[in-house]
Amino acid sequence: MQPVGAAVPLRVDIAEKTFRSAQGVSITALQDLSFEVRQGEFACLLGPSGCGKTTTLRILLGLDKDFSGSFHLPEGGSDRIAAVFQEPVLLPWRTVEQNVRLALPKSLRTKNLDGLFDTLGLAGMRSLYPAELSLGLARRAALARAFATEPAVLFLDEPFASLDERTAERLRHLLLTVWSARPTTALMVTHNLREALMLSDRIIVLAQRPAHVLGMFDVRLPRHYRNPQVMSDLLRSFQQKFPGVA
Amino acid sequence: MMSPPDTGDRPPGAAAGTSSQSGLAAALTPVLTVAVSLLGLCLLWGLAAHAWPSRAFPGPGQVWQVLLAEAANGDLFYHLGATLGRVAAAYVVAMVVGSLIGVLLGSHRSADRFFAPWVVLFLNIPALVVIVLAYIWFGLNEAAAIGAVAVNKIPNVVVTMREGARALDPTYAEMAAVYRFGLLDRIRHVLLPQLQPYLAAASRSGIALIWKIVLVVELLGRSNGVGFQIYLYFQLFDVAAILAYTLAFVAVMLVIELLVVQPVERHATRWRRRPA
Repeated sequence: MQPVGAAVPLRVDIAEKTFRSAQGVSITALQDLSFEVRQGEFACLLGPSGCGKTTTLRILLGLDKDFSGSFHLPEGGSDRIAAVFQEPVLLPWRTVEQNVRLALPKSLRTKNLDGLFDTLGLAGMRSLYPAELSLGLARRAALARAFATEPAVLFLDEPFASLDERTAERLRHLLLTVWSARPTTALMVTHNLREALMLSDRIIVLAQRPAHVLGMFDVRLPRHYRNPQVMSDLLRSFQQKFPGVA
Repeated sequence: MMSPPDTGDRPPGAAAGTSSQSGLAAALTPVLTVAVSLLGLCLLWGLAAHAWPSRAFPGPGQVWQVLLAEAANGDLFYHLGATLGRVAAAYVVAMVVGSLIGVLLGSHRSADRFFAPWVVLFLNIPALVVIVLAYIWFGLNEAAAIGAVAVNKIPNVVVTMREGARALDPTYAEMAAVYRFGLLDRIRHVLLPQLQPYLAAASRSGIALIWKIVLVVELLGRSNGVGFQIYLYFQLFDVAAILAYTLAFVAVMLVIELLVVQPVERHATRWRRRPA
């Protein structure tokens, strides 16, 4: 038995997840998917589109309970989880600040969020409604909501998809800034290898459907050393280890 | 699009105050149009009453006189108040019960399949039948009167709110689940704002329908209210008084629409760029 404490990792052990279509056709999305994310580690779940990454995340978020297997979320500190979805999913009828505060537990509702809003460049936009924000700003607000809750584990589901590359790059840097201030166990789903190499400590490579773990790729280099030269080296060694992936 | 929004499009109203005079005129035009339009109708009515003088067709002047007299002796406000109270009570009951049933049916398909015929049945029962049965079964009392009106309205609310519940976006519910919103927060911040257009539609059509049914209820089994007065003056063949009470109540409903319904709706839709 693992003692309950700060060092309990995120452990995933999904035996099988099957979807049944209305016509009775069943599709196995996940099979024997098991991996671990260590405490305070930023991991990426990398795999081809449609391989079951989002399905995995939905199971971990507790939104899909129809699967066989088990998973164990990190404990210690708060037992809360936070998520950044593919779309920002801000309540359109609440301001940016209200959206962030509503996600907080009652005891933290009035906490000071100035630092977080400043870091994410949202200081002047707290009283705007989501419809008044660009997509990039709305995603920043979604990040603010996730980090404000000080979660024990953070799930991100391709949070920078459908953004232009410049905006996505700026948001990746912002994400790293906020995350470094309070390193939280994080699991991000992406099909973008460069993004994964830039952000993560460990890349969990998934195979085509039914998804299972093809292998792990650890990036031990601190993030501030990952300049374009180093990134292309990383890319090369990744492709040597996983030829044909991404 | 990463630039802050002040470089892009501004929210509507940001340009207000550029030319206050034309702005004032633009604000007054609809009000003036309504006033002139109503004045024209009164004029037409007056001319017609002058052309065909009859006790059954009094002019606006006579109706106004009756209105003033009824207001002076206090009868008008007493009966308006009684009717308004019943309208309000029936409205609240119908909206609460109808919304609950509607949202339940809209979110549970099997329940909806089972109860859909009931909804159709109740939709098609004539208001008069419900009122008569309510008075027979529960007696000539206030609860039966208000209940009968509510039962007439509930199926309409159910149908509208069922559509609203079917249109709920599951991603908001999932976000609320992940961030562990409490039940009250879910209702207040996630569910009700999504249902707001449907609530507004049900309310709008609801108030108009309810007050008309309330008059029938009062005519059949109450001893006060606008409906009772209209029945009384019908027996006295006093058309001026009938019109006076009708117009007074229509005026009250207009004031409620302008002072309560529209501001509430504006507040509820303030987050939309272009209020519906």
